[in-house]
Amino acid sequence: MIELRHITKIFHTNKGDIEACRDVNLTIRDGEIFGVIGYSGAGKSTLVRIINQLEKQTSGEVIIDDENISKLSADQLRQKRTKIGMIFQHFNLLWSRTVQKNIELPLEIAGVSKEQRQQKAKELIELVGLQGRENAYPSELSGGQKQRVGIARALANDPTILLCDEATSALDPDTTEQILELLMKINKQLGITIVMITHQMEVVQKICHRIAVMSEGQVVEEASVKNIFEHPIHDITKRFVRDLSSKVDDSQHNETLKKIYPNGILLRLTFDEDISRQPIVSKVMKQSDLDISIVSGNLTNTIDSSFGVLIVNVLGGHQKEYDEIIKVFEDYQVIVEVI
Amino acid sequence: MNELLSQIDWDAMIISIQETLFMTFFSLLVAVILGFGLGIILYVTKDDGLFPNKIINRILDFIVNLLRAVPFIILIFILLPVTTFLVGTMLGAKAALPALIISSAPFYARMCMIALSEVDKGTIEASKAMGASNMQIITKVLIPEAKPALISSMTVMGISLVGYTAVAGCIGAGGLGNLAYMYGFARQNMTVMYTATFFVLIIVFVIQGIGDYIVKRIDKR
Repeated sequence: MIELRHITKIFHTNKGDIEACRDVNLTIRDGEIFGVIGYSGAGKSTLVRIINQLEKQTSGEVIIDDENISKLSADQLRQKRTKIGMIFQHFNLLWSRTVQKNIELPLEIAGVSKEQRQQKAKELIELVGLQGRENAYPSELSGGQKQRVGIARALANDPTILLCDEATSALDPDTTEQILELLMKINKQLGITIVMITHQMEVVQKICHRIAVMSEGQVVEEASVKNIFEHPIHDITKRFVRDLSSKVDDSQHNETLKKIYPNGILLRLTFDEDISRQPIVSKVMKQSDLDISIVSGNLTNTIDSSFGVLIVNVLGGHQKEYDEIIKVFEDYQVIVEVI
Repeated sequence: MNELLSQIDWDAMIISIQETLFMTFFSLLVAVILGFGLGIILYVTKDDGLFPNKIINRILDFIVNLLRAVPFIILIFILLPVTTFLVGTMLGAKAALPALIISSAPFYARMCMIALSEVDKGTIEASKAMGASNMQIITKVLIPEAKPALISSMTVMGISLVGYTAVAGCIGAGGLGNLAYMYGFARQNMTVMYTATFFVLIIVFVIQGIGDYIVKRIDKR
């Protein structure tokens, strides 16, 4: 269990003091995946570094498994750190070492014998799915593979905690998905506690059990993922939840819509710039006896144009009438897609 | 052609080449050892370094800057008493060593510091997070990660040392510079001057070639 009690961190800079963390109190339970989300500058990276004391808090206490780690000596702290793995946004691998040797580094640091190091590295390479790449150098790997090495390296000394600092922020969506799956697998298989720092709501939504939302150095909201999504309270949280809903993957979204609107047909109407200012829907309604109910709509502005998407539920007819109304929309140059 | 080449005293040429190689590589070796140590101390005692120490850092920084600021040819004269004391003479290849080493060690120290500063801060943070001690960070992370830059600095310094040996040669230190000046320039024997220059170029190209080859082999970025 990680307990952060009244953590405050002040950075003294030439431009005055910056309060990166303000009286943060958090309890992270054993074996859970805990997300800390916030926009850049919210203090979340500082907070995660306070957990392994890469940054010393100005005041407050960090207690890991009933041990106050702010009070440890330098040697004890190094010992403790071997049991807290960390992965980074930019992976921070040593380019001069191969995959295998990068994974062995924390074991070398901990003074593990050569045979044991090689054995452990081999197991970890299998765990993260990098078989066959043992002798590759980081420069020969893709971003996702580099992060796998980072994860294997972080797990080398069998830590009980894994800190992830924006671990997926430099990866594309597909790779992000794979890395998140790997983290979930590790969490289940090894029972390791994971603390994820991110600004990506889709990341916390996918894998976290509980979330803390940070803004301007403070934790403004802390709850289970379900609660955060269903009842966001703070404005920042609402912004994160809203950002996410606009990013939901289409096919999944369509399935949900079909469940909510089982009757009639659902149409996705796309109006490009030329016609987006015309009263097309009202004209179509006058020409048709069918009922049209608007499900959702939005207007997207790109650099030099705008286009609108409207999802409507058409009710009260049969296939033949539905086909007709689609034809009418198409006559007005609307792109129609049946969901 | 034969007539031209017969103007060259080949025994003197071979001795000069040997002297130049001796001066260059001996002072390179000593300067690299001294400069490397000095460079690491300079790097780790920086304010944001692993062992921050303002006093040591400022003093070393000042000495390094001072020694680098003194022009080489003046340094030779300043060091004459020291040289005579250490080597017993102020003439010949050995007599050039103190000046060569003292002028190049601070240069290498500065290059080392730059090379180490260019190591990705993230890897240092990562090794701290793994529980590495400062010594482990230096030996397992900083030096291996800075190796190509450290080697290419050696190449640069080796080449500039060849140049310095020639300067030292002109005031009595022997070597190809001495030959080119005394026999070539002073006695108007252009053949000797150009031949000596030719060998200097060969030495420079070989040093550059070896340096580039090693860097290419070890740089996996």
